[in-house]
Amino acid sequence: MSSHAEPIEDERARALPPEGAPGWTGFAAGLKASFRSVLAYALIGTFVGYGGLCLDLGLSVWWAALSTLFIFAAPAQVILVTTLGAGTLVQAALAVTLSAIRLLPMVVALLPMIRGPQTRTRNLILPAHFVAVSMWVESLRLAPHVPREQRVGFCNGIGTGMTIMSVAGTVAGYLLAARLPPTFAAAVLFLTPMMFLVSTARGATMISDRVGFALGLAVTPGLILAGFELALLYGALLGGTLGYAAHRLRRAAA
Amino acid sequence: MSATLRDLNPYLVLVLIGFLPNEIWRWMGVFVARGIDEKSEFLIWVRAVATAILAGVIAQLIFVPAGSLGTIPLWARLGALGVGFVVFLVFRRSLIAGVVAGEATLIAAGMAFGMAR
Repeated sequence: MSSHAEPIEDERARALPPEGAPGWTGFAAGLKASFRSVLAYALIGTFVGYGGLCLDLGLSVWWAALSTLFIFAAPAQVILVTTLGAGTLVQAALAVTLSAIRLLPMVVALLPMIRGPQTRTRNLILPAHFVAVSMWVESLRLAPHVPREQRVGFCNGIGTGMTIMSVAGTVAGYLLAARLPPTFAAAVLFLTPMMFLVSTARGATMISDRVGFALGLAVTPGLILAGFELALLYGALLGGTLGYAAHRLRRAAA
Repeated sequence: MSATLRDLNPYLVLVLIGFLPNEIWRWMGVFVARGIDEKSEFLIWVRAVATAILAGVIAQLIFVPAGSLGTIPLWARLGALGVGFVVFLVFRRSLIAGVVAGEATLIAAGMAFGMAR
């Protein structure tokens, strides 16, 4: 969506690398952007909650830290550890795999925006690995303002910074968990849905995204409560497709 | 088939049931994204679906809460989310204002509910 990128209102724009800057500046700018991102606070909160969950479930602090480092997808990690004691291998594998399908359209939406004519496919594996909600929202918002040849490095920088903060949050949560009163532990876990709601609402500038998001919010709870295993996917396909239809209708009317 | 995860080495579980099921979709994303034009209509649809998925993740976290968030009743979780969103809109789309208001509502409700019990 580089053609109608929203102007950045804050000082962040000045930190982005100029045209023709050396290769590492994109990475450095991305790293810096990740540490300045408001989403990073929610991310740390999410993984503080996850670290506490790992302690509750009797996993080691190393396991908790490594799971964040390698998986870097909070919903999947929560599903993994909560099915760990109760479910069977096949159940857990299925639940994690299904929760991760959402990463596919996110990767597909991001990569065409950040690659250039010279970008090799293998150079896109690392930014694809870093795709998770916070990284995706921030990359989509900021990368259009970065010179194209710097964008892959920029996204790797955002991903690296967010991974570092997430691992730190996991370890902190693991070590702190026993000491938090339950209401505050709940408040830490509430950070993620609250931050996802407002940051996605802010990032959705096209009518297709707005309608898709609103319908997803309206429809998915019903599908979840009705017990559909693939509630998220059904809700997203329905909401997103109707959002796209709204975009077509508006254009046809214009 | 009925083996639980505890019977396996936890680090093997991490790779087989944690890392790979996530990474596969990211790799497939790299594959699918090849040859898709940045300005294509298909990408507008994909992006709308991806945005709607975030809505689903939010719904999941609120309606099927993990850990101690479940000790807060559903109406309070939904109410706090609503308050946070309205404040976000009122304060010219400020993420911080929305999150602080939502969190304050949740903590207040959690304390009131905890005392009522």
